[in-house]
Amino acid sequence: VRDFRRLRGRVAIVGAGESDEMGKLPNKSAFALHAEGARNALANAGLRKDDVDAVFSAGLWMGSETAEYLGIRPRYVDGTQIGGCSFIAHVQHAMAAIEAGVCEVALITHGESGASRIGMPGTRFGADSTRLQFEAPFGLAGPPTGYALAAARHMHEFGTTSEQLAEVAVATRKWAQLNPRAAMRDPLTVEEVLASRMISWPLHLLDCCLVTDAGGAVVVTSAERARDLPRRPVYVLGTGEASTHVMVSQMPDFARWEAARLSGERAFAMAGVTHADVDVAMFYDAFTIVPIMGLEALGFCKEGEGGAFVAGQRTAPGGDFPMNTNGGGLSYTHTGMYGMFTLVEAVRQLRGECGPRQVAGARVAVCHGLGGMFSAAATLVASTEVP
Amino acid sequence: MPDYTGPLPVPTPESRPFWEAARRHELVLPRCRACARLHYYPRAACPFCLSGDLEWQRVSGRGSLHTFTVVHRGARGFPLGPPYVLAVVELAEGPRLMTNLVGVEPDPARIRMGMPVEVTFADVTPEVSLPRFRPVEAAR
Repeated sequence: VRDFRRLRGRVAIVGAGESDEMGKLPNKSAFALHAEGARNALANAGLRKDDVDAVFSAGLWMGSETAEYLGIRPRYVDGTQIGGCSFIAHVQHAMAAIEAGVCEVALITHGESGASRIGMPGTRFGADSTRLQFEAPFGLAGPPTGYALAAARHMHEFGTTSEQLAEVAVATRKWAQLNPRAAMRDPLTVEEVLASRMISWPLHLLDCCLVTDAGGAVVVTSAERARDLPRRPVYVLGTGEASTHVMVSQMPDFARWEAARLSGERAFAMAGVTHADVDVAMFYDAFTIVPIMGLEALGFCKEGEGGAFVAGQRTAPGGDFPMNTNGGGLSYTHTGMYGMFTLVEAVRQLRGECGPRQVAGARVAVCHGLGGMFSAAATLVASTEVP
Repeated sequence: MPDYTGPLPVPTPESRPFWEAARRHELVLPRCRACARLHYYPRAACPFCLSGDLEWQRVSGRGSLHTFTVVHRGARGFPLGPPYVLAVVELAEGPRLMTNLVGVEPDPARIRMGMPVEVTFADVTPEVSLPRFRPVEAAR
């Protein structure tokens, strides 16, 4: 087996963008949102549609459907669907394909009408699917109930508190207040999170992400080609992905995110950077428990210490661990598959484009995504410099 | 019996014996003859060694509460609530399964992680019985 670490810095993200509008958009289909993201990311990269020879996107449909809508005839198609972190995994897949010489310019797109459900391909599982046989009859009702099972076990094993979970929501809201595109920008306190309606104990309403309509895209190409493009390339230093299960009832350990441990280990080993080198972090935050378990799994703190790690608004503006500077899935946008937006924000932070929410001197960023019910994970370490 | 409004399982060939046993109020799991391990949910291949040489084994129906949530905003029309307790039980024989904890107030203060539980079958339609669990104390 060849050493995967030789891929460090061989490809770069050269363009990133969101859809023109984000929020509740009953006038736009899911694929319209893909198209807006793609158009904006390509313009950002200084590339044209005809430069694209590989299309990556994730949905419950054929992987080539986005390419058809965009009028692209790619020679490389990847529809890998491992949940919301798919787009981070796509960066790894694009890296492999570009390095192998199979394609050169990879367009990774996301578009989801998560709130309005316009033009969304079918997502119903068969009545005899494993989900409907072994989970639905007991009232598993969407993500909050599943994530609550992990949150409850984490609290039981490690003494994590509802206040610590709320710290994540509050810190994230402070970042959102600095982002004009964020959906939720009113001030928020720990007390308000705890007083919000219980959805599925121990998760309150404000422990849960938004549900929005939005799209986004990034463009990945070789480091050589990246150097000829107008903007500063964001080099891919390290990548990892892992999958351990799909249904939450199959989660190997409810207090530990095993897929993230595997994915993070690989990404850091490839990147050749340490945790102390990370200037800004984008941790998928579908629920407040998710970044807490992610921080532990990636080794930013010890097992069980994620709650203490985020306490005292450490991840907020001015804290020593800037996390989810766009306002995250909790306060900026969450379509259903949020991972794309971790990439877009990391690119902007590393290029120094974030205005009032810019992390001064951000040189190394980590994007860490979640798939399914702690089922999968994908991690990216990126920088404008290759060490 | 009133019409049941909750989701009902529709078996596949590999799961039919599980649901047929449940109808008889028996909890059975596939056991691999090659590596001797039990698994759940039922598959046609052992998830530990991939052997297809499986047999059904009746298990005790006893276990402990591994984790749970009290669902306040649940599946629409779900007959147990809201609120209701969605739980993962670890069977004495090892495998874990998703279920409901019944026979106890749906209040986190009244429910203890690790508490001993036992299976109780709910005949929700003439064809389907669902394996739910209750605290062992409550049965006495």
